[in-house]
Amino acid sequence: MAGIISYGAYIPLWRLSRDAIAEAWGSASTRGERSVANNDEDTITMASEAAIDCLAGLKRERVDGLYFASTTSPYKEKECSTLVAMAADLRPEIITADFGNSLRAATAAFRAALDAVVSGSASQVLVTASDCRIGYPRSNYEQTFGDAAAALLISNTARPAVMVEGSHSLSNELYDVWRLDKDIYVQSWEERFIIEHGYTENMERAISGLLRKKALSVQDITKAVLYAPTSRAQQGLARRLGFDVKTQLQDLLISNVGITGCAHALLMLVAALEEAKAGDKILVASYGSGCDAFLLSVTKEVEKVKGNRRGVKGYLNSKRPLSSYARYLSYRGLLEPQPGEPFRLFPAATTSWRERNWAIRMHGSKCKNCGTVTFPIERVCYNCRSKDNFEEVRLSDRKARVFTFTLDNLAGRSDDPTIPQVGVEFDYQNTRTYLPMTDCDPGEVKVNMPVEMTFRKLYEGAGMYNYFWKCRPIR
Amino acid sequence: MESIKDKVAIIGMGCTKFGERWDAGLDDLAIEAAYEAYEDAGIDPKDIQACWYGSVTQPVVGIGCTHLAGPLKLHGIPMSRVENWCTTGHEALRNACFGVACGMYDLVLVLGVEKLKDTGFPGLGTGRGMSTVLEARRTAPGSFGMIATRYFYNYGLSPEEGKRIIGKIAVKNHYNGSLCPKAHFHNQVTLEQVMNAPIIAWPLGLFDCCGNSDGGAAALLVPASQARKYRDDPIYIKGIGAAHDALLPQNRPAFDWLHFEEVINSSRQAYEQAGVKHPREQIDIAEIHDCFTSTELLLYELLGFSPEGKAKEDIDSGFFELGGGLPVNSDGGLKCFGHPVGASGLRMTYEVYKQLQGKAQSPERQLKDAKLGISQTFGGPPQVAAVAVLGKEPGYP
Repeated sequence: MAGIISYGAYIPLWRLSRDAIAEAWGSASTRGERSVANNDEDTITMASEAAIDCLAGLKRERVDGLYFASTTSPYKEKECSTLVAMAADLRPEIITADFGNSLRAATAAFRAALDAVVSGSASQVLVTASDCRIGYPRSNYEQTFGDAAAALLISNTARPAVMVEGSHSLSNELYDVWRLDKDIYVQSWEERFIIEHGYTENMERAISGLLRKKALSVQDITKAVLYAPTSRAQQGLARRLGFDVKTQLQDLLISNVGITGCAHALLMLVAALEEAKAGDKILVASYGSGCDAFLLSVTKEVEKVKGNRRGVKGYLNSKRPLSSYARYLSYRGLLEPQPGEPFRLFPAATTSWRERNWAIRMHGSKCKNCGTVTFPIERVCYNCRSKDNFEEVRLSDRKARVFTFTLDNLAGRSDDPTIPQVGVEFDYQNTRTYLPMTDCDPGEVKVNMPVEMTFRKLYEGAGMYNYFWKCRPIR
Repeated sequence: MESIKDKVAIIGMGCTKFGERWDAGLDDLAIEAAYEAYEDAGIDPKDIQACWYGSVTQPVVGIGCTHLAGPLKLHGIPMSRVENWCTTGHEALRNACFGVACGMYDLVLVLGVEKLKDTGFPGLGTGRGMSTVLEARRTAPGSFGMIATRYFYNYGLSPEEGKRIIGKIAVKNHYNGSLCPKAHFHNQVTLEQVMNAPIIAWPLGLFDCCGNSDGGAAALLVPASQARKYRDDPIYIKGIGAAHDALLPQNRPAFDWLHFEEVINSSRQAYEQAGVKHPREQIDIAEIHDCFTSTELLLYELLGFSPEGKAKEDIDSGFFELGGGLPVNSDGGLKCFGHPVGASGLRMTYEVYKQLQGKAQSPERQLKDAKLGISQTFGGPPQVAAVAVLGKEPGYP
């Protein structure tokens, strides 16, 4: 049976209070807080986090496909799924594809993954969805949007954690929200029109169609995971369909995360699965120029995944307040930070390619003669000088601690002037390396502090983004 | 392996005024240092047979040697450029020594020159590494600050206690530099000023960091046997060592951040060649790599001046001050004299040379009866170190 065998999520550490946005503009606050990706995060790094969360404890070599869905990919031309797959240390012999442009990109990827495992062209496909959309300054969207990523591992297996029992889709050509190829901010038509004739009408048709197809009534559904641009739209739809808003409607995550673009339906689904029991029927519907609706059935296998993932619950509780609206603007590149001293060495396609196994996969070398582990990969052993006699070992999922550090006031940029530079020691063979620390208060850094690895964007140079690993306090 | 001891002598040295030399280019600095050395030695520059030249910041001066061969008019002779982080000046000296010791050349010019103040930023720059990702934001104070953090941790010192210990090194070096006309800075500082200074790379504050300076230094080398033809007080090369560690300290498996083998190995080489068995007792003057005060602290122990973990006691007793048992950085060091990277190894050697001759700039700094001295550099992530031992008497020690 085709279904979901694991799930993962990622929500950035930083949360911006909507009151802070409203205060900056003298406008009304929609209350609560929204997640904000750090200045070293983008949809590739967030998708990598969700992918790695989803793969915790699983054999990564069994994954033979990775899809990346986003409307805010850092690249217009260049595949991102390949980079996410490499950061997640998947095999090279896999299928990859990027899904974009639509708020339904993630459910399109989900459907494609299901089709792939059912047809037999792949046995396990990891679907990642990640978005970081920007609303116009002072617009409602600026307050309601959030940044996050989600991941689902799809397989055709006898006992998936979640079985996919049916689906129904419809396509609808409509200008409700859009961005031109040169736009930074999301444009939209008048809300009353787009909610009524866009969101509500299409979602209602698709969901009713699915229930009819499966000969089910709304009472048969344990949880309805309904994407929506606002709480009001979601509740209005739920009432029209006949759901009990109090018991059957999955929380929209708007008060504490925000609407996270194409990732949102999957993010809500992950949150639903974290609370699901065997036998639950879950209805998932995403919206964007049409609608994709899926009927899911939870099995007892879900218990093996629950509690072993950070997931939405873990990342929701791990948060820090972003100190100001100005910082948000700077993190999103809307205000340009003073860059600090220039980077001396720009990325090069050749070096990025040659160094991919240590720089992106975070592999170290373990000497087959003496067992010494070094990062980056050393062809000649530091200890015994054996040449080309090593195996690669992944360090990205290892815990580590601060061995020594400095709080460097010369290395940062104006919106993050102090960079903790850390000599870390992994919990493996006294392996050491040198990483900046991110997502932290520099004042909390101490010798022996536990840290974990996180894949981040380092800087832009030579017309490319340059990615590498950093450490962060354990979330 | 043979020893370099007493095979090569320095017969002349020069050193520019260090500082923010907005008025001077790399060529001006080279001319200023070289012509002081020519005058000191009483030689005609036409008699120079080869030149070794060290400089680090390629973005400013470009590659090769031609940009100095022209200004110095070094016609018809070989000229080699060396670069190895902060040991660059010593590397120029070391290679030139071998050119003389093997009998190939009778008069060699050694130059170390650096023009830092043409870069537009106050420090040495960010992204000191050789990888586009691994050390993309490494800075010099950030690298050496990590040594301070671990030293404090290792000896159970609170940041406050640790900063007081290294702060006294800044006070000493500023005092020494204030007496030195060619030094970048001439201000004396108090321990409270050092403690309260803005943080550059915690735990290092402004006064824990060396000056970012323009400057140059030069030496003229001859075979030891010919030295007295030029002057009565030549200074002899007693030993010269250099060593690397094979990895960045941050990447060395299980490294304790105290025993930097590049420092230990380079000093062992130089001490063995010179016959120095008890550095604390035998060395009369030491110019060591105080790029940051914490570096000088650790070097006291690694170079055998203080027992491990006991440098604090020597600092408190004034052992390394001008009137102490082993004066260190009597010209103010990198801290106060300044650190034009490629020049520093030779600037240190200049101070030792002048002190051994009894010709220190400004008499209140002149040390009594100094017979043996060292100059020492330590650089990169850090990952490389060099030591030169110098003496005024052939055969000693």
